[in-house]
This record gives sequence, structure tokens and C-alpha cells, in this order.
Amino acid sequence: MSDEYDNNKSYQAQSSEVLDGSAGSINPDMDYVRPAEIPEQDLYHAHSFIEKWIFCQDAKVIGVQYFLTAVFTGIVGLILSWLMRLQLGFPELAGFMTAEHYYQFVTMHGMIMVVYFLTALFLGGFGNYLIPLMVGARDMVFPYVNMLSFWMFFVAVAVLMASFFVPGGPTGAGWTLYPPQTILEGTPGSGTGILLMLISLSLFVIGFTMGGLNYMITILQARTRGMTLMRMPLTVWGIFTATVLAMLAFPALLVSAIMMTLDKVLQTSFFMPTILKAGEVLEYGGGSPILFQHLFWFFGHPEVYIVALPAFGIVSDLISVHARKNIFGYRMMVWAIVGIGGLSFFVWAHHMYVSGMNPWFGFFFATTTLIIAVPTAMKVYNWILTLWRGNIRINTVMLWCLGFIVTFVNGGITGIFLGNVSVDVPLSDTYFVVAHFHMVMGIAPLMVIMGAVYHWFPLVAGKMLSETLGKWHFWITFLGAYSIYFPMHYLGFIGVPRRYFEMYDSPYMTSTVGMNEFISVAAFIVGAAQFILVFNIIKTLKTGKKAEQNPWKANSLEWYTSTVPPEHGNFGERLPVVHRWPYDFSVPGAKDDFIPQTTAPSEVANTEVEKT
Amino acid sequence: MSEQKIDGFELRPGFKGMASDTGSDQTMFKGVHWGKAMMWIFLLSDTFVFSCFLISYMKGRGSTIVDWPNTSEVFSLYVGGVPVPLLLIAIMTFVLITSSGTMALAVKYGYEKNRKMCGWLILATAVGGLTFVGMQVFEWSKLIHEGVRPWGNPFGAAQFGSFFFMITGFHGFHVSIGVIFLFIYTYKVFAGHYDSKKRGWFTKMKGDYVEIEILGLYWHFVDLVWVFIFAFFYLW
Repeated sequence: MSDEYDNNKSYQAQSSEVLDGSAGSINPDMDYVRPAEIPEQDLYHAHSFIEKWIFCQDAKVIGVQYFLTAVFTGIVGLILSWLMRLQLGFPELAGFMTAEHYYQFVTMHGMIMVVYFLTALFLGGFGNYLIPLMVGARDMVFPYVNMLSFWMFFVAVAVLMASFFVPGGPTGAGWTLYPPQTILEGTPGSGTGILLMLISLSLFVIGFTMGGLNYMITILQARTRGMTLMRMPLTVWGIFTATVLAMLAFPALLVSAIMMTLDKVLQTSFFMPTILKAGEVLEYGGGSPILFQHLFWFFGHPEVYIVALPAFGIVSDLISVHARKNIFGYRMMVWAIVGIGGLSFFVWAHHMYVSGMNPWFGFFFATTTLIIAVPTAMKVYNWILTLWRGNIRINTVMLWCLGFIVTFVNGGITGIFLGNVSVDVPLSDTYFVVAHFHMVMGIAPLMVIMGAVYHWFPLVAGKMLSETLGKWHFWITFLGAYSIYFPMHYLGFIGVPRRYFEMYDSPYMTSTVGMNEFISVAAFIVGAAQFILVFNIIKTLKTGKKAEQNPWKANSLEWYTSTVPPEHGNFGERLPVVHRWPYDFSVPGAKDDFIPQTTAPSEVANTEVEKT
Repeated sequence: MSEQKIDGFELRPGFKGMASDTGSDQTMFKGVHWGKAMMWIFLLSDTFVFSCFLISYMKGRGSTIVDWPNTSEVFSLYVGGVPVPLLLIAIMTFVLITSSGTMALAVKYGYEKNRKMCGWLILATAVGGLTFVGMQVFEWSKLIHEGVRPWGNPFGAAQFGSFFFMITGFHGFHVSIGVIFLFIYTYKVFAGHYDSKKRGWFTKMKGDYVEIEILGLYWHFVDLVWVFIFAFFYLW
């Protein structure tokens, strides 16, 4: 993009590029887009209240349903974290809590936040809402299956929540559910609790598979005219790759859940070794607990990227729009997403360095783990280079994006520490690990979710969220989150183990009392600050100012629907035709500082658009 | 590969063709029905499910503390007092593979809009599947009668029964689902739903003969999985 760029040349280059990927012969018309290949989608329009709002087949409504259900589980997870922090910071105030309760809260907090909150929110919520709109489709390709997907998720959540009310309560085995202790007497919730957890996970996998097939086929086979894969917004790329990962990783979870259910119900010994209990040999014998760890982490590690990749994609779009600059290195970003996705299947055993596996195994997995830092770092550089010399608007969305970059780098660097066997072993099961993964896959994706909510709320509800409240929400969350997790790194370094109900009088614990109290207070405040968003949404829905169409002056298709909020079928009479990528911001020579994806080349013939 | 035309779009052969399809707009797999693409991807995911089962089985079998039962004895049938190893399994496999053949023919006649032939062949496939499930029930009850249980058995390692019932059960479940759909499709073909493009009961989508091919993909997959289970369980 040098200043001496020859306008004429850029026009030439662009028109030939548009034609290259298509039918073969060069068409002299520069606005040419290949004719439609796929017939108009046969949509089933709702006839009743129930069909329109409950068993709805419209991906947008399903997206909102997913979002609200996930947020509900997220609030439950938040309350559990408060209870844990109350015990850790002020045990004298938490007299009602036994050690069993604490383990149950740890377990449920982890499982809810990772699977039922983040995964469902990114793929089910944002995926459903944004994919059809962004690729220019009328709806998901299998609307009925999509509806079933949500309700399967809903049942999974109901079963999970039911485990709080059964005798013995929910499982308290830690979110990794390691056998043998998970299903043995003595572990809280080893009766009905663990059973409901396993059933709920299986239902979640089945429900997700239905949704995931929809996301993948919609992206691969139902794009609008002119929408090539390399013209898709990075949000779609992130969600797409995450869905591929989920389709290949969830099977391992399903299988381990089935096997453990059988171990529990039928006394099989898939994962159960010979066990002596109070001098008595149990019925079990000959199984392999390590096998479960392999299966679980073959799911568990891609799961981290199932959460992270949509966040990467969404944040790229938000940064580009709010810095009014094209995303730096679009193709590099795409390949980085795909590369991270591929590599994520070869790193799982870095969660198992202390499981007693062969040291050479650890060496291999440490190497792959460190390699994955390369594409990840490329993405971080590209975000920063997108911001560089951009026309940055410091609004709430941008603040969340900046918060994300900082937090992600922070959590990523501690990840490099933990990826090395020799560093990981002494830090295993300490608060350093807790701080690391909360930073990198808790707070960082959460910041993107918040930014995305402020960004897309005008589209979903047609009203603008309050910026003042949004900034309060951001600053309290950002500073608060660092107050929680920075001290935790230090706690980890001095060796405080995680998942402990109480530290008793161990010598190094007395010195951490003040720090634990500080972290707890910060956690209470940050948790409470999230309700600013809830308040903001309710207030905005009631009295907020109406949003104009495309308030952020973005280019991607979701802002160019026939109505705001978009109706069933998304685009009115005719589907949009795409001529460019969604990142033509601040193009020299253009009338506005943005060129929508639907703008034909002839309309902007005198500008220096990027080749896409 | 000859050049094909789909909706006025020339498909180029080879790697170049693949690259140009991938780089083009609208669809990546040119002319492939949505449902068919979905089934392929679902089967990929399902492959991972069965792979996890079979790899777990290999790991489990490799690390038991008691010896694994002698499979050629356990799985043998007595014909006139002489044990014939793998007799039942051979018949089961033959039936299932044959049903794959009738399925493929059903797809062919479906696309030729030969309603009668298509219907009879799907019915034959369904009956084949049902026979397979029936024989599996027989095999299960025979083993249970001999004292094999998920938590233990008189022949050796307890994991034998665990893995056997779990994996063949999961596969049998797949076959059963397939059989149910085959019967439904038999009805739909004979009732002419695919010729009249009648809308589905639940999905409200127009019927088309491509649905038979989609079910066929699933059926062939279930067959293929059986081949692996056969190899790993009965021949090892």
C-alpha cells in the first residue's frame, strides 16, 4: 500500500483476481460474479408462537436461545466461584461449607465454564447467529436439526443442573473426572451425581454434533455468490475451524463418558485397576486409569482451541472495524487458525506430564506444544500491526479487544513455561496453573465475548448499549481480573496447591492469608461487575436509543440485511452478491472510509483496494 | 476423469480442479447435495468414535492382568459335535456385506426413478440388517448363557466381556438405527413420496431420491466398521 501505487494497475489486478478463482475464461465485465449454483433455500416459516420462539428453526433465534441458556449456566458457574473464593479468603464466614461442598463447586465450576458456557456460547450462540448472516445464507442448511441441537443442549443443561438436587449432590471429582476416584465411594457425588454428569456430557456431544454439521455445511456449501473462502470474515474462519475440532475431539469425550458410565453402572473395569479399600479388594481390576486421561485430554486440549479459535476470529473482526484498518495479514491469520487447529490434536499429553508416562513422550509433547506458540504469536503480531497507525476508536468494543490482547499474551507466556516438562513438574497442581488457564482460556475469551456483545447488540436488538456503563464494566473487569490472577501466579510459585479446601497451618500458608483475602475481594467485585452488563441490556431494551443500520460502519454482510434486526430469511428478496473481502477500511480514494462487501469494483474503480 | 458440467460450471479434473473448487465461491464440493455432504462429515466424526473404542480396546487388551480368552474357542459353534470357529460370525458378515450390495442397487434404481425395484431392494437391505441384529442377539444370549458378563467371564480377562458387549453393542445400535430408517424409507419409496416431492413429517423439507443415497452412505459405513470389529475382535 505504498503512496506511489498505480491506480490503473490495481484495477487491473483486481478484476483478473476476481475471475481467476471462478469459471476459467476471462470475462471482460469487471463486476462479473458467477451465476448461482444452489437453488433458493426452501425455508419453513413459523406459523405459531411455539414455532416462532420455542421450537424455532431460525438460526438467529436458536443463537439467542443458546446464548441465554449458556449465560444462565455461566451465572451458576460465577456463583460457584464466589463460594469457592469465600472459603479460600474468609473461611470463618463460610461455615456452611464442608470440604465435600468445596470439591463439588470446583468440579461444577470448571465443567460449566468450559463446556456449557464458553463452548455453547461461541459455537451455539455466535455461530448460529453469525454464520448464515456472514456468509450470505438465508438460514442454516438444516434448520430442523439445528432446532434439535439447541433442545438437546437444553436437556443436557437441565440434567447437569439436576445433579445439584440429587442425594449426594453433584460430582466432586474435579472437572477432569479422573478415575478411579471419580466413581469410588468417598468422592462427593460418586453415586447419582457423576452419572448425571456423564449423561449430560453425552447429550451435549450429541446435540453439538447436530449443530456442528450445520455450521460446517453452511460454510462449505451455502455461501452466497462471490463469497469465496478467502473472503469470509475471520469470525467465520474461527468458528469453522473450532467446529471441525469439536467434531473430531468430542468423540473421545463421548467414548470416555460411555466407558466410565459402564464402569459405574455395570462394574466393568475399563479404567479401574485393582483397588484395596480398607483392606478389602474391590470388584474392579485390570483397567487403565491412564487410558481415561489420554481419551479425556484428546478431547480436552482441542477443547481449549474450540474456545480460543472463535475468540481469535471475532476479535480480529472487531479490531479491524474499530481501528478502521484492514486486518493485517488476512491469509496468514487464516492459515494460523487452521494450523493451530491441526496442531491442537498433537499436544494433549502435556496435561499428563506427572501421570508417569515415558519421558520421551513428554519430550515429544513439549516440542509440539512449543511449536503451537508460533502461529499463535503470529496472530498477536497481526492484531498489533492492525492497530498500528489505525484510526482507532477507543469505544467499549475496542477496550475489550485491547484487554483481550494483553490478557492473551499474558496467559500465553505462562503457557510456554508450563509447556516445558521440567518447569511444569514442580508447578503442577499449583495456583500457577490455575492462573495460567484462567488468563488464557477464561478471561481472554470472555473479553472477546463482551466485546462481541457490545458490537453485535445493535444488530440483534436494534438498540445501542450504553457506552458509559460499558466502560465501567470493562475497567472493573479488566483491573479486577488482573487483581485476581496476578497474585495467583505468585501463590503458585511458593507452592500453594490448587483444589485444597483449606491450607491449615502449613508454614507457607500463613503468609498467603492476606493475598487470598485480596483475591477473594477482587473476585466478588469482578463477579458483581458482570451484572452491569445485564443491567445495561435490560435498560437498553427498555429505553435505549434506536440503532441506525450498520452503526459501526462495518463491511461484512450481517450489517446489510433488509431489516434490523434481520427477519427470517435474512436478506429480503435477493441474496447479496459479494465482490470483496470484508476489510476494505480507509481505502485511499474511496468516498467513505469503508467499502461494503457488496460494492461492485466498478463503483470504486478509482480506489486502491487490496487484492482479495 | 472426464470433465463434468454442473449447472453450467465446468469441473476441471485433478489437483487443479480441486484447488479451483476450493477457491471458488458458493460451494466447495460442486454439485454435492447438502445432506450428502453432511452425512460424509458425520461419518468422519463417527469414525473417530469407533476409533476411540477400538484403540481403547487394544490398549485394554494389551494391559490386562489375566490372559485374554481364546477367541477362536469362545466364538465357535458346535455343528454335529464339532466346534467350527467363527461360523456364526462368517454368516453375519456375509449377510451384512450382502445388504450393502442391495443398498447400492437401491440407490441406482432410485436415481433411475424405478420406484418398485428401489423399494424392494431397500426392503431387502432392511431385512438383511434385521437378520444381522437377530444373529447378534443370538450370539449375545449364547455368550451370556455361557457365563460371559460385562464385569467378568469364565474364560479369562474380565475386560473381554466389557469390550465385547460395549463395542458390538454400539455397532448393533448403529445397525438398528439404520434398519429403522430403512423401513421408513421403504414405506416412503412405495408410497411415492420421493416422486411427488412430498414434504417430510418433521423437517418439512421436500423428499428426493438423494435421501436414499445418504442413507446408503451410512449403511456402507456401518458395514465397514463391522469389518474392523470383525478383524480386531474375532481374528486377533
